[in-house]
Amino acid sequence: MLQGTLDMLVLRTLVTGPAHGHTIAHVIEHSSEEALQVEQGSLYPALHRLQDRGWVSSYWGASENNRKAKFYKLTAAGRKQLVAETSRWRQLVGAIGRVLGEVEG
Amino acid sequence: MRLSRFFRRRDRDADLAQELDAHLRHEIDDYVAQGLSVQEATRRAHLALGSTTRVREDIWTRNSLRPLEGMLRDLAYAARTLARTPGFAVMAMFVMALGIGANTALFTVVHSVLMKPLPFADPDHLVMLYERSVDGDYPFNVIAPGVYAEWEKGAHSFERMAIFGSGSYNLSRDSGQLPERIESTRASAEFFPALGVSPAYGRVFDANDDRPQADASVVLSWGLWKRRFGGDKSIVGRTILLDGKTYTVIGIMPSWFAYPDAQTQVWTALHHEIPPQDLVALDNHSFMAVARLKPGVTMRQALSEIDTISHRLREQFGASQPAISPGANMRLLLDDMVHDFKTPLYVLLAATGCVLLIACLNVANLLIARAASRRKEVAIRAALGGSRWRLVREQLSETLLLSAIGGAVGLVLAYFAIHWLVGVRQDIAREESIHMDWIAVTFTVGVTLLSALLAGLIPALSISGRGGLGALHESSRSHTGGQGKTRLRKLLLALEVALTVVLLVGAGLLLKSYQKLRSSDMGCATSNVLTLRLNLPDEHYGHEQRVQFFEQLLTRVRALSGVSAAALVNVVPGQGYGGDNIITIPEHPPLPPGQLQIARRRFCDPGYFAALQIPIIRGRTFTDQERIGRADKVIISQLTADSFFRGEDPIGRHLVVDVGLNNKPQPYEIIGVVGDTRYLISMPPQPMMYFPLLSGLTGRAVIVVRSQHDVTSLAIPVQQIVQSLDKDLPVAYVLTLNQLIGASTIEASFTSTLIVAFAVLSLVLASVGLYGVLSYLVEQRTSEIGVRIALGAQREQVLRLMLLDGLRPAVIGLALGLLGGALASQLIRSMLYGVRPLDIAIFVAVAVVLMLVAAISCLVPAWRASRLDPIRALRVE
Repeated sequence: MLQGTLDMLVLRTLVTGPAHGHTIAHVIEHSSEEALQVEQGSLYPALHRLQDRGWVSSYWGASENNRKAKFYKLTAAGRKQLVAETSRWRQLVGAIGRVLGEVEG
Repeated sequence: MRLSRFFRRRDRDADLAQELDAHLRHEIDDYVAQGLSVQEATRRAHLALGSTTRVREDIWTRNSLRPLEGMLRDLAYAARTLARTPGFAVMAMFVMALGIGANTALFTVVHSVLMKPLPFADPDHLVMLYERSVDGDYPFNVIAPGVYAEWEKGAHSFERMAIFGSGSYNLSRDSGQLPERIESTRASAEFFPALGVSPAYGRVFDANDDRPQADASVVLSWGLWKRRFGGDKSIVGRTILLDGKTYTVIGIMPSWFAYPDAQTQVWTALHHEIPPQDLVALDNHSFMAVARLKPGVTMRQALSEIDTISHRLREQFGASQPAISPGANMRLLLDDMVHDFKTPLYVLLAATGCVLLIACLNVANLLIARAASRRKEVAIRAALGGSRWRLVREQLSETLLLSAIGGAVGLVLAYFAIHWLVGVRQDIAREESIHMDWIAVTFTVGVTLLSALLAGLIPALSISGRGGLGALHESSRSHTGGQGKTRLRKLLLALEVALTVVLLVGAGLLLKSYQKLRSSDMGCATSNVLTLRLNLPDEHYGHEQRVQFFEQLLTRVRALSGVSAAALVNVVPGQGYGGDNIITIPEHPPLPPGQLQIARRRFCDPGYFAALQIPIIRGRTFTDQERIGRADKVIISQLTADSFFRGEDPIGRHLVVDVGLNNKPQPYEIIGVVGDTRYLISMPPQPMMYFPLLSGLTGRAVIVVRSQHDVTSLAIPVQQIVQSLDKDLPVAYVLTLNQLIGASTIEASFTSTLIVAFAVLSLVLASVGLYGVLSYLVEQRTSEIGVRIALGAQREQVLRLMLLDGLRPAVIGLALGLLGGALASQLIRSMLYGVRPLDIAIFVAVAVVLMLVAAISCLVPAWRASRLDPIRALRVE
């Protein structure tokens, strides 16, 4: 996975509501139709990094199968960050696409 | 942010562990739901997540501040290392605390007294004006009021200038309070404006109050107002009685204001207090002047201006008034106030600096010894890739910890030391401004860090200086080991000894000069002599009444049981200047122009010489008949006779002097010659002349009472007699003559005592250092000595060998120190009394003491070496 994209994907996942680490990993994998494999070992450092930057907040709660789990929630700053990152990503993808498009012919 | 994360990372780690655990459980749940066995599910879950420890470490590192963490670890390690040798650690901390504490205390005093700006407006523009004395002995002499008046008229360099003088008043009894003698400053109206201070309450005097015809006004000091008037603000506008006259209190100065000195309790208007005819003399040097320079005017310009005026006056009137000063002088007000304390304070600061340096060297020395015993460990660590910086850092953390604790304790010590010092030395100028402030604390922190660096860097650099392999080799055969380190230690030791010797030399010189000072012959009886001062106010006492009072007082005091002798004099020996006069001798040809004959003036009753046991060398003392109107006799001191009547008999000759009778010079017949006395203990005797107190010319007197034994018990009865003669008359300065003299030697006593204490402390430190080095040396050479003894070396030979080895650095240090001491003694020249800076006896004594102490400290380890059992020594390997 590209550097920095994990952060963006995590933030995107949290748009639909708070989730804990396990859910986040699986949601990313499901939504990408298993194309993206989240390395679980790097998920948690990423979550902590996002929290330190103030883009997500966390709380302990009960999960869907009634286990204790730490939930992450998108903050206002995180939402803004997600918008910014998404548009930057779109530009990047567009640019790369334009470059590749010429070779395709 | 990062810092809070750093300190809360333990909590966060626990949190993370739970979170990861929760993740695993969810994962297992999923796999179990897919139908796997719990075991297999667990295995897969762990596989998917990878190492939880790695994740936790990852976040842990991200949350930590590397340098801070390293430092904390180093400090913890240092603490453990120090705790292993608690004796050494406590000693080192104690020594550091003493050194840092003493430095902080002295720095605080030096900074507060010598450097802090005066609390006046724009103090850099405030100067004191002086005249140069005719003989050139006093470049900063007090000024004559007539000269001041000319300066004021002719000088344009000053924004304002003010003249002032000291005086004292009897503050009358009121509302149940006893009468009291208080010191005052009489100042012209410009005095407070020139300083730029305003009163706390009320106002200060203006030109209108500063006139002979004005109503009497007085400004109170904060202290007097609080103590005597209970801090009642309504005192402003009310009247008090000074010398029996009514004065209106117009203002109260703020508590910090203590100028010209802390003794001043009231300020009065000069021109109201002193009749105009007394303020015109060009040659009566008894006033001070303070002035504020105009902006942009330099001191040099201002000085040349008043100097020119003084020159002109000298040219014009010098022929008829030979005591007119030939020139003016000037210095900054701050310099003027602290002038006498500069050298002693800097000397003390230098001494404390030396002590701290010795302490650091000592700690460094002990650490090198310890480093030597850890040589193998260090070599192995270096071989395993321990970086050199890491080892240096460890050493530095250790000394940092030592000196930080030492510094903290030192700060507390300094606080108490300053408290004590301010209590003991009330005489220091600006004593009220001595406080510990953030500058002092910053200084402490700086000194602490510096000490840590000094004590830590020397051993740190020495441990890591050599390649690891060499050290491993070296330490495998201990009798060849540690040569370089030993040399370093000996060098440090020599330095330590040198500094100690410098301190010892200084201490010896100051102590000897203090003893000389205390044993100087005052020229009169000093033990069991009580002095009490009083001043009969002119308002109530004319010449007749004064004489009547004095005679009644003497008769009654002499009748007290326990009184061996009692007398009256206006100024006792040791009390100070007391006034002088120009004398002419009608029997002699006139003196060549520019030459003056001056003698100190005293007034005493006929029994004074007998009472103070001042010998009458020729002639006689006064009689009771030589009193008002018939008091035309004078008694001179031996020195007066020697100076002005060389080779002739002074008895029957005359002195023509103006001592206040009709305000013109009168002839007085010399009837006796008496022994010399000192006006100050630290000054050689001056020519002196005595006039009869029964002339009634002065109302100022000191009652002198001598007794066979404890004379202080007579103080109360004598005061009761004074009270019964005049209930409004206060008695002041009730002191024994020895106390009076002691007060003027407090400076010398204080400085010499402290320096001696510092020197002794250094000597102890140096001897500990010597002992440590030689013990270490003996340990290093155990097997060598064993071999020597086994091969038949005599035990005395071994003893001598080791002793010489240990004493060599002491001898080198001694030589260096004596040299340094000779240089340092030149710097304290101005503090010495009756001792030459290169006093051979002191230098010899210091050398002997040092060698003795060094020999004793070396003897124990050397003796131990000579008693070595060769078999056991060789088995050490």
